[in-house]
Amino acid sequence: MQPSEGVTSPAFQLGALALVPDLSGALHAPDKRLLIVADLHFEKGSALARRGSMLPPYDSRETLARLAALVLRLKPKTIIALGDTWHDRGGHSRMDSSDEEVFAGLRQGIDWVFIAGNHDPEPPPELKGSAMQEMVLGGVTFRHEPDSRVETPEIAGHLHPAAKVKGRGRSVRRKCFVSNQSRCILPAFGAYTGGLNVLDPAFRPFFSDSGFKAHLIGERRVYGIGPLSLLPD
Amino acid sequence: MDSVNLLAPFAEWFAKRGWQPRAHQLELLDKASQGRSALLVAPTGAGKTLAGFLPTLVDLASLDANVLKKRGLHTLYISPLKALAVDIARNLETPVSEMGLPFTIETRTGDTPAHKRARQAERPPNILLTTPEQLALLLAHRHAGELFGGLKTVILDELHALVTSKRGDLLSLDLARVHRLAPHCVTIGLSATVREPEALQRYLVPQLKGENQLADLVTVSGGAKAKIGILKTANRLPLAGHTALASMPEVYKAITAHHMTLVFVNTRMQAEFVFQELWKRNEASLPIALHHGSLDVGQRRKVEAAMVAGKLKAIVCTATLDLGIDWGDVDLVINVGAPKGASRLMQRSGRSNHRLDEPSEALLVPANRFEAMECQAALGAVEAAAQDTPDARTGSLDVLAQHVLGMACADGFIADELYQEVCSAEPYHTLTRADFDAVLDFAATGGYALRAYEHFAKIKRGNDDIWRIATPQAAQHYRMNIGTIVESTMLKVRLGRMTKAGTPARGGRVLGEVEDYFAEGLVLGDTFIFAGEVLRFEGLVSNEVIVARAARGVDPKIPAYAGGKFPLSTFLAERVRVMLADPASWKILPTEVSEWLEWQRDKSIVPAANELLVETFPSGDRHYLALYPFEGRLAHQTLGVLLTRRLERARLKPLGFVCNDYGLCIWGMGNIGEALVHGTVSLDTLLSEDMLGDDLEEWLAESSIMKRAFRYCAVISGLIERRHPGQEKTGKQVTISTDLVYDVLRRHEPDHILLKAARADAALGLLDLKRLNDMLNRIRGHVVLQHLEKVSPLSVAVLLEIGRESVYGEAAEDILAEAEQSLLAEAME
Repeated sequence: MQPSEGVTSPAFQLGALALVPDLSGALHAPDKRLLIVADLHFEKGSALARRGSMLPPYDSRETLARLAALVLRLKPKTIIALGDTWHDRGGHSRMDSSDEEVFAGLRQGIDWVFIAGNHDPEPPPELKGSAMQEMVLGGVTFRHEPDSRVETPEIAGHLHPAAKVKGRGRSVRRKCFVSNQSRCILPAFGAYTGGLNVLDPAFRPFFSDSGFKAHLIGERRVYGIGPLSLLPD
Repeated sequence: MDSVNLLAPFAEWFAKRGWQPRAHQLELLDKASQGRSALLVAPTGAGKTLAGFLPTLVDLASLDANVLKKRGLHTLYISPLKALAVDIARNLETPVSEMGLPFTIETRTGDTPAHKRARQAERPPNILLTTPEQLALLLAHRHAGELFGGLKTVILDELHALVTSKRGDLLSLDLARVHRLAPHCVTIGLSATVREPEALQRYLVPQLKGENQLADLVTVSGGAKAKIGILKTANRLPLAGHTALASMPEVYKAITAHHMTLVFVNTRMQAEFVFQELWKRNEASLPIALHHGSLDVGQRRKVEAAMVAGKLKAIVCTATLDLGIDWGDVDLVINVGAPKGASRLMQRSGRSNHRLDEPSEALLVPANRFEAMECQAALGAVEAAAQDTPDARTGSLDVLAQHVLGMACADGFIADELYQEVCSAEPYHTLTRADFDAVLDFAATGGYALRAYEHFAKIKRGNDDIWRIATPQAAQHYRMNIGTIVESTMLKVRLGRMTKAGTPARGGRVLGEVEDYFAEGLVLGDTFIFAGEVLRFEGLVSNEVIVARAARGVDPKIPAYAGGKFPLSTFLAERVRVMLADPASWKILPTEVSEWLEWQRDKSIVPAANELLVETFPSGDRHYLALYPFEGRLAHQTLGVLLTRRLERARLKPLGFVCNDYGLCIWGMGNIGEALVHGTVSLDTLLSEDMLGDDLEEWLAESSIMKRAFRYCAVISGLIERRHPGQEKTGKQVTISTDLVYDVLRRHEPDHILLKAARADAALGLLDLKRLNDMLNRIRGHVVLQHLEKVSPLSVAVLLEIGRESVYGEAAEDILAEAEQSLLAEAME
């Protein structure tokens, strides 16, 4: 069966925001020309290299290239980075100068908001002006870690959701967005970030067993899939 | 001094047993006393191990106890199996203690307690029996020079088995180091008969640039010729399948008629199935046991002990019992499924009547009609004593990276010298300096064009030009990641039930382990055979598969692919093609097989031995293309993928393909037969060798095959840390997926040395490119095309494999779309 466009509308509403999960792993609010990305984890490669795993030092470059393509395609006015933008406190100082330039270029003419994450509670000095703990827009709170105690709508990252689907005797595991009426958790955007299965107990405080939808990132588009079709790892 | 005099202290001991030292044992003793390394090639039962140790025993017996104490390490014995090392140690201790000889013999394996290993590095025994990995660890010791300085002999057992893998690469590098630390040390290789003993002779001695250095060769010829037959079954052999169900009554009968039988199968799944089927027929309740690599170690040891004690009538086993341990009084070897290689068959049949002067007895049990032909071809090969052991390896670069780290942990190295040393190892003889430097750079800082990690270097060059390990952590990292065997992640299988709350009830017994991909495919309530029982899948809890015993009479869901993992050897394939081309030779085949071939001759064509038959036919609303290259499953799979891509480009809408060791079938929506008749596509173009160029590159770039190969290389080379038992639950961020790393590296530095290593591995082990290339060359101008109205007899046997293979194309995307559709359906209800 060929997946056909428009069978399901991938868009959903949260507070006053109409949101579209994008194939890139970013969440798009076209009306507001707003892009939301989570967990970029810049310089995760060099952080691991310091501990002896000499992973290719191109993860920041790759993440930036994906961001650049996204900016070119969707032309946002604002980008909100939902925390863990840097893999660790010293991360920004290890970034290669050519990568830094690309990053600076991406900030030209776009308002960035850097939400604080557990990996990067303090923003790099030059970005202090655009750093925040949390922010509210259109009745939706943007924060790094989802908060199960509040009822108001929120958009968060931190958990790196992924989901697994079975069919034809094999299974497919992909990064995904998870959402219900009041909450959306974004997949991790960074090149070296993995995923945690949405059926993991870590998600339980935020989503009831049946009342959520996983938006799996395929090769050509995003697939909205209900919990009954999902598998644990 | 001649060897007979050397042997004097042993004469009495030999005589007491009525033994005579054999000619080859004395010859080897002679070689060693002249300081010459040697390869002993002998069939099973020739007393190879004693021959290997005799020079050592004689030499050590001439020394007195005080000298021995200070003597340190005299002889190293390296075996591919730790069990074999332990077994040999036991066998050595008997004569040594009976003769009251005062020297020390110890084993060292992964199971040896840490304190004992530490002591062994300080105060080594005179004879140490160990594995390639442990040798690597000892050589990476800071005091390796003192430890190995006095080494006189290295014995390499089952060398033919060791050299065919990355372990052989690692061992060759270690040998090169040993030769350097102990220049006068003699190496003795013990091997079963191989096609090219010269490769092994080179392996044993340091190679110098531009010269062909050979260890001496000692061959034990003859031995009684094996009696190998093909089992005849009263049932008809099926066209396809790998279970050999039809032959089980006769297999059981053969077991009954013998003292003790080893039943070899090619995969664990087959082992489970055959074991199950034999017990269904086991009216006499004969003690029949099961032995394969996934079973719990305790369970395996129990089976082995029962076998040695002669308490078993038969053991169904996989390659785990392929190698040398003399477990007991086996008088029949049964090989279920085709043997895939003549040398393997000869080695396996040697497991019965483990004595040189008695013929070993073996039975082949073909599971389908193609296999009946292959078995017959194998008999011919054994009759001609023709060997088809694999080609010598080119040393892997990921293994070299590991070795470089090890040598930096020892007392460091100068790059020029280490390069010379590495090149003296046979598999690395042709290593270029550029590749060596790239590996060295990789070991130090990852070797990236973007020099980002100079500060974090794992090894550093000092002002004295010596490369040393930079930190104790890096040394620890190396020691934890030693070895070349990368297991697929295994999950424990535990008996137990899930409670209502979805947690497992505790206390169940662990039955063994299964690969994670197998567990992934299971759905609650699925039944499968494991550890000789039908089990029901109850759930997956952290890293354990929870199962319950299924009710009596419940049918197991037989696991998807049950074919052999060894590809059909080129040599046997050729013999099968010759047999197929010659109808006179069909007479010896079972009636249903010769009838099947006659039917093929009537309905289609039987190709000549040098021809490739290609058939087209419609069936249902699909069009089929069938090819019979007889080049083994791996090469066919590669060919299938590449052909499918070409057909797609020709707009023939291929949907999938299926293959076995003998042929492949591709099907699709477009009328491929008509396209060939009208000349819109031609076979010459479809089968031209340039498919191994761009088409291959394009496919590899996106296929999971490269990712898998890369994962292995990343672990072996030390790029990422090996996962250790109990370490799995370290959370989401700690273990990074090598697939992500592969994607990033391929995009930003496609010429990186580790990608080169992964490509070489994929080409050899997963794609069989050389063989495919040879085949495309071979068939040029010899392709016979036959258009048919319907499916041909030969193609049926290939097509019946459908359902065992994954489907080509964008299946992953379709699975997602289907899951989404089912959500929609839910919503509509």
